[in-house]
Amino acid sequence: MSDDHLYMTLAEGHEDDTRWAYGTGFEDPLHGVDTTVPEDVDAAELAALCAALGDDALVGAQRLAEWTTRAPELEEEVALANIGLDLLGQARLLYARCGRTDGTGRGEDAYAYFRDPGEFRNVTLAELPNGDFAFSMARLLVLSSWRLHHLDGLTASPDPVLRAVAAKGVKELTYHRRYAAEWVVRLGDGTEESHRRMRAGIEQVAPYLEELFGAFDARAEVLADLRQVLDAAGLELPATAPAAAGPGREGRHTEHLAPLLQELQSVARAHPEATW
Amino acid sequence: MVTGAVAPETRRARRVAEQVPDPELPMLTLADLGVLRGVEVGDDGTVVADLTPTYSGCPAMAEMRAGVAARLKDAGFARVEVRTVLDPPWTTDWITPEGRRKLAEHGIAPPGPAPRRAPGPVPLSLSPTRHRVACPRCGSADTEESSRFGATSCKALWRCLACREPFEYLKEI
Repeated sequence: MSDDHLYMTLAEGHEDDTRWAYGTGFEDPLHGVDTTVPEDVDAAELAALCAALGDDALVGAQRLAEWTTRAPELEEEVALANIGLDLLGQARLLYARCGRTDGTGRGEDAYAYFRDPGEFRNVTLAELPNGDFAFSMARLLVLSSWRLHHLDGLTASPDPVLRAVAAKGVKELTYHRRYAAEWVVRLGDGTEESHRRMRAGIEQVAPYLEELFGAFDARAEVLADLRQVLDAAGLELPATAPAAAGPGREGRHTEHLAPLLQELQSVARAHPEATW
Repeated sequence: MVTGAVAPETRRARRVAEQVPDPELPMLTLADLGVLRGVEVGDDGTVVADLTPTYSGCPAMAEMRAGVAARLKDAGFARVEVRTVLDPPWTTDWITPEGRRKLAEHGIAPPGPAPRRAPGPVPLSLSPTRHRVACPRCGSADTEESSRFGATSCKALWRCLACREPFEYLKEI
């Protein structure tokens, strides 16, 4: 630690490569992996699935990152940033897989930085603003539970690359789901005020469940998780009409996705050849 | 490769690659951490080293890859290819006994056994972490988790109720 400037210190010893955090132009996360698409796999279907799962992860990671410096405690910021980092890693692998299957040969940056909102296939629940911490925890619980069970199913995918990405993701998602579940229980079973806000959070998430279940399965598993957590939290899943928004899986998004992407993509688009 | 017989060059390349330190846990070598999955030298002298990431988002992966390539080149291997291996996924069970000893020595509690999966959906546990983690400083089992997420993806934050020191715990995965 010879330099007073934090960023310079982080870059120390990396004179040839001063990129110490996420940016653009990183080495292919599937470097050296056999990415031949097996004959019995429909490449277009596989690409669409990887894009949808990658978009859920990227958009989800961006919302989690927004909690940094705003979460109730430092430990929660660290936790939310870590969960976001896992999702970002999953998104990178999924985008890289997508580029090898959709016939474009694009790299991860093309998917993250150079697509417009209408090309994104994430569920709209992932893009809603963070709002109250209780809403963010309700959303994280639902998205983690669905992703966990969906990836668990994909560990039997006929595509060996997706199978491997899913198997790794399941381990990570198990921690994410538990983190969110514990907060839902703590707030739901806490004070009158925390209970009220947690209930409001669940009520805000409930209308988006149908969209999440829409294209893929895992409905029974997610509802079982929710029942277990809400029982422990002294809460109920309200019967609500599905939200009018979406479906994001078809590229129909809320007004909240465009500003999120604008922030995420602005530097890459202002300096398209730059790497950092 | 012929069973049982490891060519001397392969043995030498393995010894070199195995000593590369992990960028985030520099007290461990990549072999200690269990992320170096194989090193072979082909007939044309090319070294192929297989690395597996710990977590999907582990930012140290590129640095690990560069480290292995640089050390092997320094050792005289002109052609080095470092491949990513995703399957099977890394588990903390692959951290060697030597690696566990070094972690504890540096104040990081080593992981317990990775959770075993029963058939059916991945169960959700809401009860407090059941296993005991011994304090790496004073050895007391009177410890508690303060946060399941820490400074890097692989670590959790704990504190010792006996010596009152906080410590890191490499969480099992």
